[in-house]
Amino acid sequence: MNGNLHSVELDFERTAALENAQQDSMFRLDYRFELQRREFFKLLGGGLLVGVCVSSLAQESGRKGRPSEDNLPTSLSAWLHVAEDGKVTVYTGKVEVGQNIRTSLSQQVAEELRSPIESIQLVMGDTALCPFDMGTFGSRTTPNMGPRLRNVAATAREQLITIAAERWRVSRDTLVASDGKILDPRSRKSISYGELSRGQELVTVIPDDPPLEAPKDWKVAGTAAPKVDGRTFVTGEHKYTPDTTRPGMLVGKVVRPSAFKASLVSLDSAEASKIPGVAVVRDGNFVGVVAPDEPSAVRAVRAIHAEWKAPAQSSDATLFSDLRKRTSEPGETYGMNPSHVVGSVEQGLANADKTLSQTYTVAYIAHAPLEPRAALAEWNNGKLTVWTGTQRPFAVRDDLAETFHVSPENVRVIVPDTGSAYGGKHVGDAAVEAARLARAAGKPVRVVWTREEEFTWAYFRPAGVIDVKSGVRKDGTVVAWQFDNYNSGPSAISTPYNIPNQKIEFHASDSPLRQGSYRGLAATANHFARETHMDELAHIVRMDPLEFRLKNLNDPRLAAVFQAAAEKFGWGREKGTPTRGFGIAGGVEKGGYIATCAEVEIDPARRDVAVRRIVAAFECGAIVNPDGLRNQVAGAAAQGLGGGLFEAIGFDDGKITNPHFADYRVPRFTDVPKIEVVLLDRKDLPPAGAGETPIVGTAPAVGNAIFAATRIRLRSMPLVPRGLPKSS
Amino acid sequence: MSLALLVNGIEHKVDPAPDQSLLSVLRDNLNLTGTKYGCGEGQCGACTVLLNSRPVRSCRTLASFAAGKPITTIEGLEQNGRLHPVQEAFLKLEAFECGYCTSGMIMSAVALLKQNHSPTDSQVREFMNGNVCRCCTYPRILEAVRLASTRASAGSGEQAR
Repeated sequence: MNGNLHSVELDFERTAALENAQQDSMFRLDYRFELQRREFFKLLGGGLLVGVCVSSLAQESGRKGRPSEDNLPTSLSAWLHVAEDGKVTVYTGKVEVGQNIRTSLSQQVAEELRSPIESIQLVMGDTALCPFDMGTFGSRTTPNMGPRLRNVAATAREQLITIAAERWRVSRDTLVASDGKILDPRSRKSISYGELSRGQELVTVIPDDPPLEAPKDWKVAGTAAPKVDGRTFVTGEHKYTPDTTRPGMLVGKVVRPSAFKASLVSLDSAEASKIPGVAVVRDGNFVGVVAPDEPSAVRAVRAIHAEWKAPAQSSDATLFSDLRKRTSEPGETYGMNPSHVVGSVEQGLANADKTLSQTYTVAYIAHAPLEPRAALAEWNNGKLTVWTGTQRPFAVRDDLAETFHVSPENVRVIVPDTGSAYGGKHVGDAAVEAARLARAAGKPVRVVWTREEEFTWAYFRPAGVIDVKSGVRKDGTVVAWQFDNYNSGPSAISTPYNIPNQKIEFHASDSPLRQGSYRGLAATANHFARETHMDELAHIVRMDPLEFRLKNLNDPRLAAVFQAAAEKFGWGREKGTPTRGFGIAGGVEKGGYIATCAEVEIDPARRDVAVRRIVAAFECGAIVNPDGLRNQVAGAAAQGLGGGLFEAIGFDDGKITNPHFADYRVPRFTDVPKIEVVLLDRKDLPPAGAGETPIVGTAPAVGNAIFAATRIRLRSMPLVPRGLPKSS
Repeated sequence: MSLALLVNGIEHKVDPAPDQSLLSVLRDNLNLTGTKYGCGEGQCGACTVLLNSRPVRSCRTLASFAAGKPITTIEGLEQNGRLHPVQEAFLKLEAFECGYCTSGMIMSAVALLKQNHSPTDSQVREFMNGNVCRCCTYPRILEAVRLASTRASAGSGEQAR
C-alpha cells in the first residue's frame, strides 16, 4: 500500500458524494409514511414478508426508522414476499433500462432463496409498492441492491426452514431448502414454500450486512441466465411507456419555446381551439395542447401562433473559452471542490527530464435514447398516477408532488421497463407536462417527446476542457501530474498511476446548456485526457505505450486487465503502418477495471478513419451473469465510438443546430467493428456494477491508434467529426 | 377517409386522418404497439414494417398509401405459438439490451433474408444501416441474423415468410 492509494479512495468518496449532489439537485420533500403491517397484507395477501434496511450509505438513505412489530421501518430498501401460492415477489425501487438487472437480481434472489428463477417476479420502480430508492445510476444496483436482495432471500429461506422445523417438530439443522421446497432428508418429507406461507402474516426486518454465500459457491448467480422476460421483446409484446394507454386517454403535446430561456410574449390559439376535441392549456410559460388523437394534436401545435422573447445566448464556436471564463469560485461546486494534492507538482516538474503541457476538450453529446422521454398521467380524486421511463421514480414523484402542491402519498410513479436511458432519464419533465395537461383536461393524457424535442429539451453530457501538465524521467517514470477539469465533472478524475507529485482539480463552470448525467459521467472525458496524455508521454520517452503504463502502475487489478486486453489483441505482435494503427487505453471507475485495445484503418485520400477491431478486457469482481455482462461491455465499447469519433451537439443562440438523427450521427452497423470481450472473473471479490465503466476506454484507445498510424495527435472528442484533419 | 388495411393477414377498416402515418394507425387505431416510434424522420428504423414484403419506415408512410397492400408487423411473425427463425435467433443470442429497437431490427432482418437467404456480413450491415440500436448491440444482432440465415438455409427456409 502506498500513500497515493489512500488518497485516491478518499477522492472517490468525495467525487461520489459530489455526483450524488449533482444527481439529486432537486429538493426532496421529507414526507414519509409508516406502512402498516395490516395494510401490507391486505395488499399482498398473507404469507411471509422480509424487508431489508438501508445501511448508513448516505446516497440511498431515507429517514431512519426503528423496525417494530406493526410498523415497517421507513428506511427499508427492498422487500420480498412469499405468497400462499408459492409465488415470490420482490419489490425494489431500481428500474430496468436495458442493463439487465431484472434478470441479474432475480438470479441472486433465486440463488439464496433456493427457488426456481421462474417463481420469482420483480416489481421495480413503482413508488406505491417499492421502498424508497434514490435511483438507478452510478452502477450501484449490483454492488448495493444485489447484496440486499441476497440478504432478504437468505433470511426468507432460513425462516421457511424454521417454520417447517416447527411444523414437523424436528431440528431445523436437519432440513434443507431446495427448488422452492423444504426437505427433510431423513423422513423424505417435503413441503413447498407456498404451503409453509399459508396462514402466515409474518414480517421480518433485517439489517443489510449479514454475511452472504461466497460467489465461488454460487449456482444460479454467476451463470448466463437468459433474460427473464426476453420473449416479450422479440414479439413486440413488452409495453414501454409510449405503448401504455388508459381509458379515455388524450394525446398531449407541448408548444416549445423558440429558444432556451425564452418567455412567452403573446399567444394566439384561436385557430387551434377550433380543431374538434382540442383544448389549449396555458400556464405561465407553459403552453400545451390535448387532442383526441395524434394527428389533431400535431395540427393544433402547428396552428398555434406563439411569440417568444429570449435573451441572446452563446454558441458552440466559443464553448471552450466560455467554459474557462465562467469558472465558478471554489466553494460553489455543490459545496465541494474536489482537489487532490500529493507532493509538489512544481518540484516534480523541476526534477523531470521532459515536461508536457496539453489541453483536451470534449463536446456536449446527447443520450438520444431510442425510447424518447414519455409519460402517461392520470388524476383521480386529487391523486395522481404517472407511468414514465425514468431512472429516479421517487425523485420524479416528489417533483410532481411539489409542482402540483399535493403530498407524495397522493402521487404514484410507475416505471415500465424502459427503452434505455444512459443517464439521460434522471428527471421527470415529460411526467410534469403530462400531469399538467391531464389536470386541465380532466382525462388521462400521454405525452411522447418527438426526436427533435429529445435532442433539444433533454439535457446533455457536459462539455469540458481539461489541461494536463506533466513531467517524466528518461526511464519512463512519471514524476509530476497536474490535471484541471473545467465543467465536465469529477468522476474518475484521479489518476490510477503511481505518481509522487499530483495536483488534480475539478472546476465547475456555468454551462451554457442544460447538462447532467451520462453513462460513465465525466469518466469518459477524464480517461480521454489522461490516457491520451499518457500515450503522448510514452512517445516522448520512446517507450511502448503498454510497457509505459505498466511501469507507472502498481494497481494489480488494472495491470491485469491491461495484460489481458493486450494478450487477446496481440499487442506488439505487428508493427503499425501509416494506414493501420494500434492503440491502448484503460482505467478504473466505479469498482470496474477496463482496458481497451483498438485497431484503426486510415484512408489517406478520403481522410477517413475506420475502427477495425476492439478488444475490451473488463473486471468487476465476481461476475453475476457473464452473458449479460458481455452484452454490456461490448455495447458500451461500441457506444463509446459515437462520442469518441463523431457525436457532438451544435448550438447557437439558445437553439440546438442538429436536433435530428440525420445531422447528429450515432454509431450504426457500418461503424461498429469486431468487438472481443475478455472478462476476468474475480470470485474472491464482491461484484461491482458494469453498465458504465467499459465505455471509457474506447475514445482514447482509438485516438492513440490514429496517432500510431498517422502521427496526428487528436485532443478533442469527438476525434474525427469531419474526417481526419491534416495535422494535430 | 375510410380505408381497408391488410395487417398480418387480417383486414381492418380504419378511418385515419389524411395526413396520418401508417405508424400512428398501427399503434393508435389498431393497438399494435410492437412497432415503435423512434424519430418520426425515417432515420432510426424503429418503426420498420413490411409492406408488400419490403421494409418501409411506417412513420414516413401515409396510412392511405398502404391501403390494400399486405402489411406485416412484429406481431404477425409468430405463427401458432412458434417464433419466426429471426425472432428465435434474437432471443437465443439475446441480441438486445433495452429492446426498443428490436421490433424494427427483426423486421429489417426478415426482409433481408426474404431477398437473400445467406447474406454476407457486409450485406447485412449495408441493408440494416438504417436501423439504429442506441445500446449498440450491433455485433450480437449481426450474429443473430447470421444464425437465422444459417437455420433458414439449413432446411427450414420456408419459415422465412
